[in-house]
Amino acid sequence: MVTNVASFGRSGLADFVLQRVSAVIVGLYALCLVGFFVTTPRMDHAVLAGFFESLPMRAFTTLAVVSLAAHAWIGMWTVGTDYVRRHYFGAGHTVYLGIYLVVCIGLIFVYLLWPLSVVWGLP
Amino acid sequence: MQISLYRFDPDTDESPRTDSLELDLPEGRDLMVLDVLELLKAEDPSIAYRRSCREGVCGSDGINMNGRNGLACITPVSEAAPRGKLTLRPLPGLPVVRDLVVDMSQFYRQYEKIKPWLVNDTAPPARERLQSPEDREKLNGLYECILCACCSTACPSFWWNPDKFVGPAGLLQAYRFLADSRDTATAERLAALEDPFSVFRCRGIMNCVSVCPKGLNPTRAIGKIRSMLLSQGI
Repeated sequence: MVTNVASFGRSGLADFVLQRVSAVIVGLYALCLVGFFVTTPRMDHAVLAGFFESLPMRAFTTLAVVSLAAHAWIGMWTVGTDYVRRHYFGAGHTVYLGIYLVVCIGLIFVYLLWPLSVVWGLP
Repeated sequence: MQISLYRFDPDTDESPRTDSLELDLPEGRDLMVLDVLELLKAEDPSIAYRRSCREGVCGSDGINMNGRNGLACITPVSEAAPRGKLTLRPLPGLPVVRDLVVDMSQFYRQYEKIKPWLVNDTAPPARERLQSPEDREKLNGLYECILCACCSTACPSFWWNPDKFVGPAGLLQAYRFLADSRDTATAERLAALEDPFSVFRCRGIMNCVSVCPKGLNPTRAIGKIRSMLLSQGI
């Protein structure tokens, strides 16, 4: 078994399943939004607010945003461990990989909290 | 015929170079790329490449021909260079020992990782461990691999993580033993492949399938390993 400090002890199988399950959830959410936009004849703020403020839609949006964050993290980690390596970055490549991953975590955290604060009306 | 040949001797050259050569090929015959190399070597004995059986069995002469990996001995010049210019380079992603000869140590290390031998802890029978024809059938498309490394060195995931990703050749052989009804180490073999790199770094690019000179399908074998891991995990 390959061990890598940057994998944080994760399982490849768990990542594989999580990526696919999260992709299905985000896909269903996108279909839901497209369906809403296509079947709603008149679109204004009140209609949009009414749609997104319902409890099922808030829960679905939360699930979709969390799924997107998980999907993005696995994807960005994979890209980082593919490209940020000794061949390109020399002996200090683990430092660069660490910086890259911290930036990714920060961005994903912001993109996770921002829509959730909007959907749940947090300050 | 115009030929571009990769040349590099780490002992004397600072960096690799490409030699542009002209070669008169005999008319009315479609030579194999290995024949072209033999003709070139007759003119310049310093050209280095591996070869042995010259009939696609030993896997020694895996090289990159016009951007595509394959065995020089069974690749006709007309197929490798349909426009008349032949470019010969070593297999990509492995350190060059000299000219078209690459250091395959990393490839073999990955092959060794998957324990390419039968594991069976039960008492051996008097004569041999038998298989049903149906169980034997499951090994077809797997055991034929000749370890030429054309697939693994065509795989971007192997280029990026040659020390962590087993690669298509190793994984084809890993499934060959997972699929073997006589092997009893299935759980251990799967546990050794469950990390994020060994199997799951395969992105399904399928270069391996496209270049395999034996027509094998490592991507399908990798999919079967993933299915086994999933079944075991659930």
